[in-house]
Amino acid sequence: SKQVLGHALWSIVEDGELSTVCYRPEGLDRLVQQTKFSKKELQVLYRGFKNECPSGVVNEETFKSIYSQFFPQGDSSMYAHFLFEAFDTQNNGSVSFEDFVISLSIILRGSITDKLNWAFNLYDINKDGCITREEMTEIMHSIYDMMGKYTYPHMKDSAPKEHVDSFFQKMDKNNDGVVTMDEFLETCQKDENIMQSMHMFDNVI
Amino acid sequence: MATGVAAWLPFARAAAIGWMPVANCPMPIAPRDNSKKQDELIILNVSGRRFQTWRTTLDRYPDTLLGSSEKDFFYNEETKEYFFDRDPDAFRSILNFYRTGKLHYPRHECISAYDEELTFFGIIPEIIGDCCYEEYKDRKRENLERLQDDQEENMDLKMPNMNFRETMWRAFENPHTSTMALVFYYVTGFFIAVSVITNVVETVPCGATANQKDMPCGERYTVAFFCMDTACVMIFTVEYLLRLFAAPSRYRFMRSVMSIIDVVAILPYYIGLVMTNNEDVSGAFVTLRVFRVFRIFKFSRHSQGLRILGYTLKSCASELGFLLFSLTMAIIIFATVMFYAEKGSSSSKFTSIPASFWYTIVTMTTLGYGDMVPKTIAGKIFGSICSLSGVLVIALPVPVIVSNFSRIYHQNQRADKRRAQKKARLTRIRIAKSGSANAFLQSKRNGLLNELLELTGTEEDEQKLTQKSISLLESQHHHLLHCLEKTTAHEFVDEQIYEQNCLETALQTYPSRSPSVSSHDSSTRTCCSRKRKRNVPLPNTSLPTTHSTHQGPLQELSAIHIQCGDPLSHTASRSNLNLKTDESSRINCKSGRITTAIISLPTPPALTPDGDGLHRPPQRRPPQPPSHPPPLSIQTTTSSAGANIVKVSAL
Repeated sequence: SKQVLGHALWSIVEDGELSTVCYRPEGLDRLVQQTKFSKKELQVLYRGFKNECPSGVVNEETFKSIYSQFFPQGDSSMYAHFLFEAFDTQNNGSVSFEDFVISLSIILRGSITDKLNWAFNLYDINKDGCITREEMTEIMHSIYDMMGKYTYPHMKDSAPKEHVDSFFQKMDKNNDGVVTMDEFLETCQKDENIMQSMHMFDNVI
Repeated sequence: MATGVAAWLPFARAAAIGWMPVANCPMPIAPRDNSKKQDELIILNVSGRRFQTWRTTLDRYPDTLLGSSEKDFFYNEETKEYFFDRDPDAFRSILNFYRTGKLHYPRHECISAYDEELTFFGIIPEIIGDCCYEEYKDRKRENLERLQDDQEENMDLKMPNMNFRETMWRAFENPHTSTMALVFYYVTGFFIAVSVITNVVETVPCGATANQKDMPCGERYTVAFFCMDTACVMIFTVEYLLRLFAAPSRYRFMRSVMSIIDVVAILPYYIGLVMTNNEDVSGAFVTLRVFRVFRIFKFSRHSQGLRILGYTLKSCASELGFLLFSLTMAIIIFATVMFYAEKGSSSSKFTSIPASFWYTIVTMTTLGYGDMVPKTIAGKIFGSICSLSGVLVIALPVPVIVSNFSRIYHQNQRADKRRAQKKARLTRIRIAKSGSANAFLQSKRNGLLNELLELTGTEEDEQKLTQKSISLLESQHHHLLHCLEKTTAHEFVDEQIYEQNCLETALQTYPSRSPSVSSHDSSTRTCCSRKRKRNVPLPNTSLPTTHSTHQGPLQELSAIHIQCGDPLSHTASRSNLNLKTDESSRINCKSGRITTAIISLPTPPALTPDGDGLHRPPQRRPPQPPSHPPPLSIQTTTSSAGANIVKVSAL
C-alpha cells in the first residue's frame, strides 16, 4: 500500500508546455513516521537534497551526473541508471525527496532482510521476482565499468562474466538458471562476509 | 572531489550496498566519524556585518580558508564568532560560493580588490562560473595592460644594468628613451624624406638650356644627385648594420618585414655600383631604380598609423581576396559580353577579351576615360548595365570591408583569448579533478608506506613522510572507492603505472593467471592474496636473481616506489630502478616528492621458501601462480587484520 506522498505544488508553464514540476514533500512528521530517521537527520538530508535539486525532484540525468562525480576514473552511468530505477519506486521518471529518503531508510536503517530485499530489487531489473543471468551480467558490467581503464590487474573483458558465473554458482542452489528471492536471502544470510558488509554503512548519516 | 556534491556522499555510500552481495572479498573498514557533533550555525563577522551559515556548508571546500582549520585563527572567544576585517560586500559573493557552489563576480567590484579577497579566502578565480567568467577575464586583462604600461614607463626611468648592445636596441625601438636615440630617429627620418624627394625631383625636367631640349634634372646634375644618393644609402646602410648588430635575435630580425624593406631600399644602389660597367644590363639597372621608392616604407618605423594599417590589411587579407575574386568574375563576364557585342562593328577598339578588360574596369569603377567606347546598340546597352553594376560591385563591399576590418580584428582577438582561457581553465579544472583521483592513489601509497613502517619499525622515514591530514569527507570517499576495488577485485592505478604494466605484460613470457582460476576457490584468501603473490619468486626474470645472489644472506626489502612526479623516471625500466636502488639508499626524484627507501632486514631463515632469496619490488608485477603456498604466518596476520590495503612482506 503505497501512498503518494507529497504533491506537485506548481508547474512552470513555458510556451504553454509543462516543463518543470516543483515538488514539496509532505510534512516532516509524516516522514519521520514513514522512515526510521530522526527529525534532525531528515532536516540535514533535505537541506543537501534541496541544495542540489532546487526543484525538489531529481531526474535521471542529474542523478547520473551527481553519481559520476564520485567515480572520476570510470563510467558510472549504467550503475547510476540501475540505482535510479531502484530509487524511483513510483516509476514516474523522477525521484522525489520521499522516494529518496524511504530508500535510504531501508538501506541504512532497515533490518537485514529489508536490505537484502532492496539489493535483490536492484539486481532484478525487470522486477519479476528472479534474477536471470542476463540481468546479473548487466549489473556486473555496470559495476566493472565504474573502475575505468586504468586498473591493476589489467581488466579483461571476461572478468564480469566470470564474476557472474561465480555468483550464480554460489547463489543458484537448484541450478535452474535464475536466482529467486529465497535463494538469494538464504545464501546471503549464510555468508559471513556479506552479512558483515551489509552493516558497514549503517552510520553514514 | 567536486565538493559541490559533498552532501550526496552519504547517498553514494549507501548505494554501495548494491555491491555487497556480489563481492567475494571482505570490505575494508569504514573510516570513523569521530566528530559526532551536530550541525551547528557559525557566525562570521565581517567588519561588523554578521553572516550565518551551517558548519557543513563551509566544510564543503576544505582547501579554502573558511573550510579548513585556518579560520580558527580568526575565532573570537568572547563573542564566539569568527571575525574577519575584510570587505563585507565582497564577502557576500564568497559566502554564496559555499552555498551554491558557483562563484560570481559582481560587476561593480574593482577587479584587484576582488582578486585580493579571493586570494585571502583561498579560492582560485578559475572556478568563477561561466556567467561571469568572461567579464572577469576582460577586466583582469585590462588591468594587466594598465599595469604593464605603468611598468614600462617606470622601466624607462630606471636604468638597469644593460650592456651596450641592449641599450642600443632599446634606443632603436623606443626613440624617446634617450637624446641620442631621438637624434638618430630624426636624422634617419630626414634622410628618408631627402631620399624620396631626390628620387622624385630626379625625373622633373629642369629648365632647358639654350642648346639642349628639356632633360630631367637627374641627367643634368648627375653628380649632385649621385652624391645625394650615396649619402642617403650610406646612412641607411649604417643604420641597418647597427640594427643588425643590436638585435637580440639576429635571425629573427633579418626575417622581419622592416629589415626586408631596408635591404630592398639600399640594394639597387649597390647593384648599380657593381653593374655600371656592363652595358646590356644597364637597362635592367634603370628599372631597379624603381625599387628605391620602397624607401618610403621606411617611414613606417616612424609612424604608428602606417604599422596599424599594414597589420589590418594583413588580417583582412581574406576579405580583400574575396573582393578581388568577385571583381575579377564581374570583369570577365562583362568583358566577354562587350567583346561579343562589339564584334560586329567596324574599327572597334574591342579587339579581344583581354582588351575589353580595360574598358570594363574603367567603366565599373565609374572612371570612364573614354578611350574605348561601345558603338553598337547592344554594346551600349551592356555598357550601361556594366557601369550600373560597377557601382554596386565596387561600392557595396567597401564599407563592408571597412566594418569587417574592425569586426574581424576584434573577433579574432576575442576568439583567441577565449580559446587560450578555455584551455588554461579546463587544464586547471582537470588538474583539480584528477587531483581527487590521484588523492585516492596517493593515500593508498601513503597507507602502504605506513604499513611498511609499522612492519619494520624504522624511524628514518618518518620525517621524510609528509603525511597529509585527510579530511573526513576525503577518507569516506576513498573508502567508497576502496569498496569498489574489493568488489571487482581490481585496483585503481595511475595512468603511467598502467602503461608500464601493459608494457610488462607484453614482455612477460610467463602467462599471467586468469582471475577465474583463483575465484573458483571462492575463498577470501586467494581472492585477495593476488596482491600478495608479488612476493612469490619469479623463476624467469634473471635480473633480480643476479642481484640477490651476491647479496648473500642479507635480504633487502622492496624498494618502495612511492610517487614520482617526474615522468622521465617512469620511462626508466624497472631493471634500472633496481640497479639504482642497490647503489644508493635514497633516490630523490626531480620533483623532490619521491622517496625510494630500502629497508634491509636480516633474513628470517624460517620464512625463506626456496633458499634463494629473491627480492622484488612491490610494484605491480602481474600475478604469478605460486609454486608453493606463501608463508602462512604472514598470511594469517593479514587476513585477520582485514582492513589492510596492501601488505608487503619479506620473503
